[in-house]
Amino acid sequence: MACQGLQKGETLESLKRESETLKKKLEEERNKLNDVELHQVAEKVEVLSALSIKTRRVLKGHGNKVLCMDWCKDKRRMVSSSQDGKVIVWDAFTLNKEHGVPLPCTWVLACAYAPLRSLCLIMNGYLGLDNKCSVIPLSLDKNENLAAKKKSVAMHTNYVSGCSFTNSDMQLLTSSGDGTCALWDVESGQLLQSFHGHTADVLSLDLAPSETGNTFVSGGCDMKANVWDMRSGQNIQSFESHESDINCVKYYPSGDAFASASDDATCRFYDLRADREVAVYQKDSIIFGASTCDFSLSGRLLFAGYNDYTINVWDVLKGTRATILFGHENRVSRVRVSPDGTALGSASWDSTLRVSWSFSTGSNYIFRFIKLLFWVNSRLVLEFTVAF
Amino acid sequence: MTIRNVLRDHGQRYRPRMACLKKAEKVVLEMQDPATGVKLQPQRLVITTIPHAITGEDIVAWLADRFQIDAQEARSFGSMLVALGYIYPIQDHKRLVVKPDASLYRFQTPYFWPTQQWPVEDTDYAIYLAKRNIRKKGILELHEQEQYNRLHKWMNHKWDFIVMQAKEQYRAAKERKKPDRVVFDCQERAYWVVHRPPPGTVSAMDYGLERLIDPNAHEVTGLAALAVLFLYFPSVWSMVTCFSLHCRLVKYCATYKGHDPFLSKCLPSNPWLTDDVTYWALNMPNVEIPTKMRVERWTFSFGELLSDPRGRDDFRLFLKKEFSGENLAFWEGCEDLKWGTAATMKEKAEQIYKTFLARGAPRWINIDGKTMEITVKGLKHPHRYVLDAAQTHIYMLMKKDSYGRYLKSPVFKETMKKAVCPEEHKFSDSQLEQNARNRRPSLSPIIIRQQEQEQKAKMAASAPVDITQVMSKLSKQGKEVPPRRTSVKND
Repeated sequence: MACQGLQKGETLESLKRESETLKKKLEEERNKLNDVELHQVAEKVEVLSALSIKTRRVLKGHGNKVLCMDWCKDKRRMVSSSQDGKVIVWDAFTLNKEHGVPLPCTWVLACAYAPLRSLCLIMNGYLGLDNKCSVIPLSLDKNENLAAKKKSVAMHTNYVSGCSFTNSDMQLLTSSGDGTCALWDVESGQLLQSFHGHTADVLSLDLAPSETGNTFVSGGCDMKANVWDMRSGQNIQSFESHESDINCVKYYPSGDAFASASDDATCRFYDLRADREVAVYQKDSIIFGASTCDFSLSGRLLFAGYNDYTINVWDVLKGTRATILFGHENRVSRVRVSPDGTALGSASWDSTLRVSWSFSTGSNYIFRFIKLLFWVNSRLVLEFTVAF
Repeated sequence: MTIRNVLRDHGQRYRPRMACLKKAEKVVLEMQDPATGVKLQPQRLVITTIPHAITGEDIVAWLADRFQIDAQEARSFGSMLVALGYIYPIQDHKRLVVKPDASLYRFQTPYFWPTQQWPVEDTDYAIYLAKRNIRKKGILELHEQEQYNRLHKWMNHKWDFIVMQAKEQYRAAKERKKPDRVVFDCQERAYWVVHRPPPGTVSAMDYGLERLIDPNAHEVTGLAALAVLFLYFPSVWSMVTCFSLHCRLVKYCATYKGHDPFLSKCLPSNPWLTDDVTYWALNMPNVEIPTKMRVERWTFSFGELLSDPRGRDDFRLFLKKEFSGENLAFWEGCEDLKWGTAATMKEKAEQIYKTFLARGAPRWINIDGKTMEITVKGLKHPHRYVLDAAQTHIYMLMKKDSYGRYLKSPVFKETMKKAVCPEEHKFSDSQLEQNARNRRPSLSPIIIRQQEQEQKAKMAASAPVDITQVMSKLSKQGKEVPPRRTSVKND
């Protein structure tokens, strides 16, 4: 934070007033270029056909709240971390547990799979005064004590809330409760760049999709979402329209926009080029904060997990809710769409992970549905084939 | 100071904001409106009748009507209100959910609402337990008994005060009329079920980690706010109006709609849906013959082509035929430099300079004079972003020139022709069950990576002609591969 002492004649009140007027001016300038809303442009877009998303895999194995999960690039494996101090690598397709790493601390807040889908897995927790982020190389040897190979990389002065590998296994971005984000070199543990600008805990971050360059966005308890340049450490854009802590930020697949999920029970969509918020996803009946969000592959759907144990699926363009998923018995702490967009993984404080996918795009479902109708009507199972 | 503080002190003390509470209070007030609220009924006990009870079905119906949502969502919302303690069940008081039948509930008195002034004091809980103990010994549940013993131990120094308070409250309660007393007992009991839940139950009061900086405090950020504003005030003003930007977003969604498994069919079938992994097998990163959908994605943007390893290989082949492969190799080298480990950064930068930028370099790339000047100057003190300017130039060159020609080239057309478009699976029920039983684990990503490394080495070793190309590739690989590996070595 760049804080200078008060100049002569300035008081906190006068500075506050000045910052308010500047903010208003900024908003006016932004609004001058706003001639139409997103949902108006999207009126011509066809309405989504009824989505039927069901949960058919439940991964049980953690003993306590599952705080974070991430998919592996091979589209079927995932890693999850929990308050019981364990990090488990699952093959979500077969429900096998492949690796289990017990860690000597609770509140393992975040975990991520390295993008080259091979060797590393990171997690962090806060233990005493060392708020570290560690990297663990995975290996094929089942009996190997992975916790012993843990290599600590990042170090913050308060809890580490989120972490992400950059485009390779070699660099790590972390966000922390001490209000900063930092870029680390995994091999040496050296701090490459630090990012200051938030005035409260930073709760999450997300890297821009590769083509669009070296930026990332972070969201924090100061209700701001900041976009940073990784090279210079500068805060290039800032968005403040939430009314409460931002729990999660996620880039739109094209990299031109991002969404944020907040404790004020809304998710908001910001366009980077327009430099403003372009949509708010809210509903009267949703009063609990959203703790996580993610886009589907095309960016048309936004999956958001809430503290009332549900996952709401929003139509990004039209601003309406497409469907709602029930099933979890406690807060949804993380939702992530698989790398090829085929499934949605969700982690929750009820110590389970669930995998859900769309049933409305498979002809098999329709086939079975019609069979079921016949069964219900006649109490017989009729075999028949339908040509689609 | 709470007794259960066994975590070490990290300076976090502040409860995260619970904005939902104020909103829940508004809804509950609406529900209590005599005209438009939920229908009230009297509850019959043995002799007494207690008014103002509501049934579960009425709650669900009212919520469904008020928010225009379906019954399941209304039930979930109602259960959250109960979990927060604004409504409490009278009959099954330990289960904080709304049952959509004739079970009775009552609104909690505002005195017992979860106010902003929590955490709830252990002293009060001790008084409550002591009071119940006075009334009838042995009435406490197992977990309450345990808590009582624990509090007795920790609060021994003020136990007299606690017992005295408990006796006072008990005496005062006796002086109330029976219906009031019953109601108050219910309310108090419900309050403590919410704030001191039995072990193994889910508590809505559980908010997770505490924050370092108090989010509920008045904002003292005048200075900091100004600082931030000045940092970005002349920010990226887009001269493009919002309409065209919205159109871009809409267009992106439309372009990718056919590829989104949540919106369109996956060919041959979504592996999660049918338990058949053909889709993943056909779309492996380095498969010989890609699918038609995958090839179509390469035409959407240059970034898509480069980020898909198979696409990049195809593009590389095309560039080789055009004798401009050095552009892609340079770009890859720059990426490696940017994202690679810090230890080998200097050597990598020098290597790239020698191979691509120096006068008379074996794979000299064509960049304009100014960029070359900046790059060479920067290389005197190399850092990971020193080649950024040159990389951007080459990237734009490839995007604007080579990419367009690639899409019209015979290489691409050949790939497109050979691309496979799988038939949609039509499994019968029994086949689906069979598939579910036959689910097998896949190759570990670690093995796949090893195979990829070995293949790269083979390709590098068997590639014809350019010795310097081979040398630079090998030396680059030698930097990437962790020391333990023995597969990649000089031939």
